[in-house]
Amino acid sequence: MAVVFEKTELLTDLPMHYCPGCTHGIIHRIVAEALDELGIGKTAVGVAPVGCAVFAYDYFNCDMMEAAHGRAPAVATGIKRVCPDKCVFTYQGDGDLASIGTAEIVHAATRGEKITAIFVNNAIYGMTGGQMAPTTLPGQVTTTSPNGRDVEHCGYPVPMCEMLATLSGSAYIQRVSVHDVKHVKAAKKAIKNAFAAQMENKGFTMIEVLSTCPTNWGLSPLEAVQWLKDNMIPAYPLGVFKGAEA
Amino acid sequence: MKKLMKGNEAIAEAAVKAGCRYFFGYPITPQNEIPEYMSRRLPEVGGCFLQAESELAAINMVYGAGGAGARVMTSSSSPGISLKQEGISYLAGAEVPCVIVNIMRGGPGLGGIQPAQSDYYQATRGGGHGDYRTCVLAPASVQEAVDLTQLAFDIADRYRNPVMVLGDGMIGQMMEPVDMDKSYRPAVDLADKIWAANGHIPTPGRPRSIINSLFIDPKVLERHCERLDAKYKKIAESECRWQEEMLENAELVVVAYGTTSRVVRSAIRKCRQQGLRVGLLRPITLFPFPTEAIRNTLGTAKCYLAVEMSAGQMVDDVRLAVNGERPVHFYGRMGGMVPTVAEIMDEIRKYATPYQKTPAEIALDSAIDEKFQSVTDAVGHILQRTRKKMKATGSGK
Repeated sequence: MAVVFEKTELLTDLPMHYCPGCTHGIIHRIVAEALDELGIGKTAVGVAPVGCAVFAYDYFNCDMMEAAHGRAPAVATGIKRVCPDKCVFTYQGDGDLASIGTAEIVHAATRGEKITAIFVNNAIYGMTGGQMAPTTLPGQVTTTSPNGRDVEHCGYPVPMCEMLATLSGSAYIQRVSVHDVKHVKAAKKAIKNAFAAQMENKGFTMIEVLSTCPTNWGLSPLEAVQWLKDNMIPAYPLGVFKGAEA
Repeated sequence: MKKLMKGNEAIAEAAVKAGCRYFFGYPITPQNEIPEYMSRRLPEVGGCFLQAESELAAINMVYGAGGAGARVMTSSSSPGISLKQEGISYLAGAEVPCVIVNIMRGGPGLGGIQPAQSDYYQATRGGGHGDYRTCVLAPASVQEAVDLTQLAFDIADRYRNPVMVLGDGMIGQMMEPVDMDKSYRPAVDLADKIWAANGHIPTPGRPRSIINSLFIDPKVLERHCERLDAKYKKIAESECRWQEEMLENAELVVVAYGTTSRVVRSAIRKCRQQGLRVGLLRPITLFPFPTEAIRNTLGTAKCYLAVEMSAGQMVDDVRLAVNGERPVHFYGRMGGMVPTVAEIMDEIRKYATPYQKTPAEIALDSAIDEKFQSVTDAVGHILQRTRKKMKATGSGK
C-alpha cells in the first residue's frame, strides 16, 4: 500500500495538552515539518518558553531545553555558541517574548544571533488564565483589563516584527497566521525560510504566528478563527518585514 | 615560575586552563578584569566570550552553553549576582554544571565597590527560589583563587551543579605571586556529559536530551527534590574543605574566611607571641560548611569568635556547629571597610586571657631562672677576674 501521509518524526506521539481550537498544535506541526523537510530536525536544539507552550519539550522530538520566562533567546544564544552548526530555535508566546523577555529578544536580534524565534501571538496570557498581554488589542477584554484595554492607562500593543526589523542583526522577519489552510501553508513556508536563513548564517530570524485562544477569548474555535481574521490581522499586518522570501 | 597577577585575571586564566571555553558576563566593579581578560583570551583558544545585555541574559546564556555540555563560567559582583539568582535556581533545578564567580562588594542595594562578605547567606542558602544549594568555594589568596576556580569546574561536573567561587573586592583586585605553570588535569572520576542537549543524533544508549526544571506532578517534583537533596548531602560529605592554624590547645577559636582570614591570621600570630591561646579555623568551602572541623575544637575551645566583613552571617553557621555548647562572639566591619590586625587583636583580648601557669610550671620556671642566675653570676666572676688580670698586665690597650 502506498503511504500518502506520515506524521513527522520530529513530533513525539504524546497527546498535546492544548485546549480545543487552540492553534499551538498546528504551529508545532509546521515547525516540526519544516525542520524535517530541511533535514536539520534530528540535530536541532529547541528552547521551550514559559506559557502555554511550556511543555514543548515533550512534543518536539529533538534535544530541548526549558528556559525561564522570557529568557529563551539568551538560552538559545548559549546553545548556538557551543553548537554553531546546529539549528537552534526558541518557541515563545507573546508574554514571554514581547513582555518579560523584550531585552533578550531585542539583543539576540541586534547581535544577529543565528537562531530562529517562533513567536506565537494570541494577544493574551493563556496559561495563567487570560490576563492582558503586551499584544492585547485596544479595547480587548481580559481578566486584568476587565473593561477592555485602555491605551490611556496601559499603553498600546507591541508590534514585534516591525520593531525587530529595524535592527541590523535581523536577517529574516515575517508575520504569518494559521487561521485557514492557505495561511497555514504560507506560515510553514515562512518558517522554512527562517530556518534556512539561520543555517546560511545570515543572522537573527523570527516568525510571528498569529494564533487563537478560544478558551481565554471566550469564543468557540470557529468564532476564534473569525476573530483573529477580523481583529488581529488588521492590527498585526501579515508580511515579510526583513529579508527576502526564498 | 611564579608570576605576579591580579586576582581577577588569575581567576580568568585559571578557568581557561581548566578547559573553560565559554564566558558570558556583564560589566560591574570590582570584577571587570575577568570579562576583559576573557574577551582577549578565549578567542586565542577557540572559545567564545560574549558580553550579554544584562546579568539575567548572561546567566541564561550560561544555562544554554552548560546545558549543551560546555565548561562555562560567568562572573559578577553582589548586585549583579542578585540578578543572576533566577538563573542559578534554574541551573540547579535542571542540574546544569557551571562556575559562577562573585567578587563581593558592599550592599545592600547599589552599596559600594569596596570588599565585603555580605552575600554569605545568599551564596550558601541557595540564593534563588526553591530547595537547592550551590557549592561555595572561598579563596583567601590569589593562588588559592586559581586552585579553587579549577576545582570548581571539577565539582560542578562531578555533581552536575552550579559552583560559586566567592571572593571579595580584595581578592579580585590585589596582586600576588601565583604559579600558573601547574598543569591542570580534570578529576579522573568525571563522566561524559551524555545528558547534554547539543543536537546529537539519538541512539538507544543516548536518547534525546531534555534539560528541564519543570515537574508539574507534585509526586514527581518531590522525588526530584529528594534526589537533589541527596546530592547536596553527598557534596557535604565529600567536598568539605578548611584550614587550621594554631588550633592546638586553642582556647579561643577564631573562624574567618577569605580576605578576613588573612587579617585574622596576622592577629592570632601576634596574640600567640603574647601568650594568648588562640587559633584560626578557616572555612575554604562555605557550603559545605566545616561543621565537624569546628566541633573537633570543642575539646580545647572555651569560646569562639567569628570575624566577617558583614553584620554577622557566617557566625550563624558557627553557632549551629557549636550548638550552644560554647559562647560564640562576633566582630564585623561593613560597607567595604576591612578590619585591621589591631582591631582583631583587641577583640581577641576580650575573650582570651593570657595563659595562667600551673604550680608545676611555675616551679619549673623558677628553677630555670635560678639556674640561669647562677650561670650569669659565674660568667660575671670570670669576666671580672679577666678584666683585673688584663689591667695588671697592661695588655688589651
